[in-house]
Parts: sequence; structure tokens; C-alpha cells
Amino acid sequence: MAWQWFNRLGSPRWFYQKSSVWMPWLAAISLLLLITGVVWGLGFAPQDARQGNSYRIIYIHVPAALLALAGYYLMAISGAIGLIWKMKLSFLVMRAAAPIGAALTFAALVTGALWGKPTWGTYWDWDARITSMLILLFLYLGIIALSRALSRQHTADKACALLTLVGTVNIPIIYKSVDWWSSLHQPATLKLMEPSSIHPSMFYPLLLMILGFYCFYAWTLTAHTRILILQREWRTQWVQQLLTCNKI
Amino acid sequence: MHPARRQRLILILILVILSSAAVGFATYAMRSNMDYFYPPRAFAAGEVPLEKRIRVGGCVVPGSVARAGDSLDVRFALTDGEAQLTVVFDKILPDLFAENEAAVVIGKLQQNGVVRADKVLAKHDETYTPPEVADSMKGSAVCLQQESQGVGA
Repeated sequence: MAWQWFNRLGSPRWFYQKSSVWMPWLAAISLLLLITGVVWGLGFAPQDARQGNSYRIIYIHVPAALLALAGYYLMAISGAIGLIWKMKLSFLVMRAAAPIGAALTFAALVTGALWGKPTWGTYWDWDARITSMLILLFLYLGIIALSRALSRQHTADKACALLTLVGTVNIPIIYKSVDWWSSLHQPATLKLMEPSSIHPSMFYPLLLMILGFYCFYAWTLTAHTRILILQREWRTQWVQQLLTCNKI
Repeated sequence: MHPARRQRLILILILVILSSAAVGFATYAMRSNMDYFYPPRAFAAGEVPLEKRIRVGGCVVPGSVARAGDSLDVRFALTDGEAQLTVVFDKILPDLFAENEAAVVIGKLQQNGVVRADKVLAKHDETYTPPEVADSMKGSAVCLQQESQGVGA
């Protein structure tokens, strides 16, 4: 009984129908959060005492990096569920998450470089945090490449899931790199167990941006998954029906 | 859970644990190369090679920054709380470079125990405060606390 909802969740058709209701809500909430966060963070939050205005790139850099890491775990867990329960939908979610994660990692690297020039005095240097983040980008790109290299969908799904699972090693390394080794990058500002070292007037817009990025991530992931569902299921009756009714 | 699924779950867990262990051992073996810079105490202990491009990190000692009258040279001392190291540099310092703040120097250790830098990077900490708040708690010497933790261990 308890597994019934789980099996239903694995049905691409059920997901496609349900998610068409979620989509506008996710879009509206993420736009609202992101616009409020950007205007508040860039326009109204105070300057930083040391860095002046250049610290404001934190409002993009931190949410992008956070979602790049969290998105990797989501991708790995979807891959594991796909392998264990042979669930079609979770492989599709895994595939859909890869390019989004790659884009977020790239955004975190670029904003970090732009932030590094005015504060550290260099765009790039090979400290543990920056290097491990670059490895994450290559992992994402490798997973995208692997998913397209094998022509048999089922084999490609399994291979990608295994590569993704092996790559999870990198996530705690990225997160802890600034504590384990000496680095150019400063340690984490937002901490789970102790108070964060950012003034509340700068923290609230950052929190809005993080929540906004989470909603935006959910939105793009759902949209991408829906496209992959249509691509893979286009021969089935329910997709053909949608096509004839022009409801896509 | 179905036995076949349980088996696949266990196999996946083993895969993740073994690959983590492999990466863990590899980074442990390379631990001295994982550190981005040497602390000044590594120079006092004689662990740093001469005339080789290396990085040093530490806090800029208050009152140690001095400019030469006849050249572009600027001299300052870095410390990790245990040892001090003198650095000479003849280019433009980054904006955030300041006494009692952390800096990373890329350069070569010379015979006389002074590092000739060809690049100086400023490190900033993870605290963000508006100027009014920062003024009211001036003089907090957090730099040393942070820089002496876990560096070059």
C-alpha cells in the first residue's frame, strides 16, 4: 500500500499531467522571489565595510554554487532510484538535471572569477575550492556526453547513473575544501550549526535569492523533464492524443 | 523490499563507499600538495625550498608595511602567530591588501630568508558587515585566529 504512490510517481504520464499544474506556480513564485531578492540585494542592502559594492555578486554566486551542489545530489539520488527500482521517470529526471547543474556550476565559476579580481587581485588560481568546482563542471559535462554517446537509451541511463554515483565523492570535498586545506577562498559564510557571519540586513535578500534559485531550479528541472518525457514517449497513445488535441 | 532491489541498493552503496575511499586515500597521500600555501612557520622549520616558485599565506603584521625611498619596493611581514616572514614586492598591491588582514604571496624564497614576491593576493574573510556596524567593532583581530587554524597541518 505504502508503495502505491511511489509506483505512480514513476509513471511519466502521471508526472506529465500533474506537473502541468505545478509549472505556472513554480514560475510565478521563483520570479517573485528572484526579482525581490535582486532589487533588495543590489539596490537596498548596505555596502560591505571591506569590499564596498563588489560583495554584491554574492547574491548570484552563493545560490548558484549551492544549487550546483544540491542539484548533483538530486541527480545522483534519481540515478540510484532508477537503478534500484528500474524506474523510467527517475532516469529522465537524472538526465534533465545534468545540463542545469552544468550551467549553475559554470555561473558559480564565472561569478567567482569576476568577484576574485577586485578582492583577491586575480581572476583564477588553483586553490582546492576553485579546482574541485572545476572538476564538478567537468563531471556534469562528462555525464551529458555519456548520456548522448550510447545509442541504446537503457544502457546510457545505467552508465550515466553509475558515473553520477561515483562522482558524488566530489561534493563533500568541494564543501569542506576551505576547511581541510589552506585556500584562497574564504570559509563558508552560511553555517548550519552556528550563526552565519553576515549581517541580517545583507542576509535576508540572500535568503530570498537562495529560495528563488531553489524554485527556479525546480521549474527548469520540471520543464526539462517534461520535454524528455515527450521525446521518449512520443509513440504512446497518450502523447499522440495530446498532439492531436494540440495541448502541448 | 524485494531481494533483487535490496541487492542493487547494497551494490550501489558499496560502489559509492569504495570510490570515496579511493579518492580519500589519494588526497591523503597528496595532502601536502592540497594546501594552497605555506604558513610562515614552515619557513622557520626549513621546509620550504630555495629559489622555487611557492605561495605563502598569513596575516600582514601591523606596522610592518614599509616603502623604500629609492625604489618601488615595499616590504612587509607575514605571520601565522608562531613565526614571521619578510616579503619584498615591487608591483601594485591589491585594493584589499591591509595590515592585520590576510594575504597570499607568490614568489621565491631567497638565500637571505626573504621572499621576493612576483604577485600578492589579498584574502578576505567570510564576514559581511555594513560600514557603520564595522566601525563600532573596530580592532577585532580575527585574522590571526583564522589563519592559524588548520593551515599547513
